[in-house]
Amino acid sequence: MAQPTYPRALSKSANKTVSIGARREEKYFWLFISPWLVGFLLFIGGPILASLYFSFTDYAIMDTATFVGLQNFINLFSDPLFYRSLFVTFAYAALAIPFTMIVGLGLAMLLNMKIKGQAFFRTFFYAPSIISGVSVAFLWMWILNPQFGIVNSILYELFGIQGPGWFTDPYTVIPSFVLMQLTAVGSTMIIFLASLQQLPKELYEAAAIDGAGAWRRFRNITVPLISPVILFNGIIALISSFQIFTQAYVITDGGPDWMSYFYVYYLFETAFFQNRIGYASAQAWILFLIIFALTFLSLYVSRKSVHYEYDK
Amino acid sequence: MKGIFRKTNYAPGELSTAGKVFTYAALALGLAFFLFPVLWMVFTSLKSLEQIVSEPLSLLPNNWNWSNYIEVFQNHPFGTYLWNTTWYTIVTVCGTVFFSAFIAFGFARFRARGKTFLFAIVLSTMMLPPQVTMIPQYLLFNKIGWVDSYLPLTVPMLAGSAFLIFLLRQFYMGLPKELDEAVTIDGGGYFTIFFRIILPLSFPAMATAAILEFMFRWNDLIGPLIYLNTQDLYPLSLGLANFTAAYAATPWQLLMAASVMAVIPPLVLFFLAQKYFIQGVVISGTKG
Repeated sequence: MAQPTYPRALSKSANKTVSIGARREEKYFWLFISPWLVGFLLFIGGPILASLYFSFTDYAIMDTATFVGLQNFINLFSDPLFYRSLFVTFAYAALAIPFTMIVGLGLAMLLNMKIKGQAFFRTFFYAPSIISGVSVAFLWMWILNPQFGIVNSILYELFGIQGPGWFTDPYTVIPSFVLMQLTAVGSTMIIFLASLQQLPKELYEAAAIDGAGAWRRFRNITVPLISPVILFNGIIALISSFQIFTQAYVITDGGPDWMSYFYVYYLFETAFFQNRIGYASAQAWILFLIIFALTFLSLYVSRKSVHYEYDK
Repeated sequence: MKGIFRKTNYAPGELSTAGKVFTYAALALGLAFFLFPVLWMVFTSLKSLEQIVSEPLSLLPNNWNWSNYIEVFQNHPFGTYLWNTTWYTIVTVCGTVFFSAFIAFGFARFRARGKTFLFAIVLSTMMLPPQVTMIPQYLLFNKIGWVDSYLPLTVPMLAGSAFLIFLLRQFYMGLPKELDEAVTIDGGGYFTIFFRIILPLSFPAMATAAILEFMFRWNDLIGPLIYLNTQDLYPLSLGLANFTAAYAATPWQLLMAASVMAVIPPLVLFFLAQKYFIQGVVISGTKG
């Protein structure tokens, strides 16, 4: 039988074994990913190519698509709403991503402690993220209503502060969405929690014996060991904050003063209200390129600081 | 000396008194913020519509209208929705999680040409806003006659989900590879490594993946909305969304009662299942 297939010791005598191992690994790679490959070719790849084609056409559903070349993209770059929606989306992402990560990891660490009622705490913190998007949006509309909402009432009754307009004020609407999104941090939290469960206790014991304090143990053991999962959650937060839609659709209709006119909201209006599939497809592909660039930038930047046991 | 250090609070999760006070205080504060929307939903579901409209500020109901919950069942085929959602969720979760694990192992474990490129494609499928591939996808499923059935919602799940493939790959890459080297030396193949080593070791990760996929399927609205036309096939999410259509004014109390009932099964499941991903598998001692 072949040697273990890790081409670590690339000594000359091992060369032959390594190449057999490499070929075998390649075969198994294709075998293991084949369900995805088949599904992708049958159900996903085609629609993606179709939407790429539509982005070069003038197309309304039930109509024929007319090829217009780069016209959609040219129009997009002279469209003020395109820039506004892009700005609003970036502003939201810049706030939401760090908060999601910090709150998610912070809660996971708290819920990882040995405390009484741990199972209940975990369930309660997870609960808000299960409520479907539409119901949660309605709830927050009530909670943050500037006139009769419970938050402003508490601020006024207890502290004498006149609360902000939240979703009705152009300056607070984006922070309000971030605040609301924080209660839906459940899945980020769960993923962090699961990865914290896998950490070997012995490392912490050794570090404590060496006199490392809590912060140093966190920085030098926890963070490197869970770094693949930190990267994962970061990228998921990035993708989902750039795709924010339902909340703005239900609560603000893109207002006030277009300050919650998120990119996907604009895209949705173009596609399903104005029936301009071609223009919407072009919008989608621009968004795709932005998210793609940012994701691979984060993968690239983090490649030195993310610690993998398996080689890449 | 060693004995003394053993008693210090080094291990994650073992707390000193000050640590306990801080932890409970932080949890209580967080809980107040997190539970608020849930409590609001539960209390609203027990109010009368008059109270919701006339006293939007009050948290507690004047009268506890438990009959709201009965009314939901009387006026809507809630039982059918529940049954459809349940089997649809179970089938898709089992299929997606198993195949995602299988595929993720392929991406985490093997060296192969084109792997980086293919993985980039996996990630890319999450980045395109779903609103756009929706239309071509519908045209495709319409052409092969799968519309108004669960086929478009279940069959593609067997190709795994990009989200779970990515998640499980990240977990697998954190597992020490000495473990499967040992299997290889003992003559075991890759399937042995996958089924005997990776799956049992990554049980917390798998349970997490299953929970997340469960929640996603349970609440999925867009998929059923596009592909299902017959009301007998509707899952809970679609039933809830169409809820208001039967009324002239939105019956908030009924909508919230139905929402509460839709949340209870996943919440109970989460409560019961969490012990599986709490039992972190000890993988230490293998690190040389």
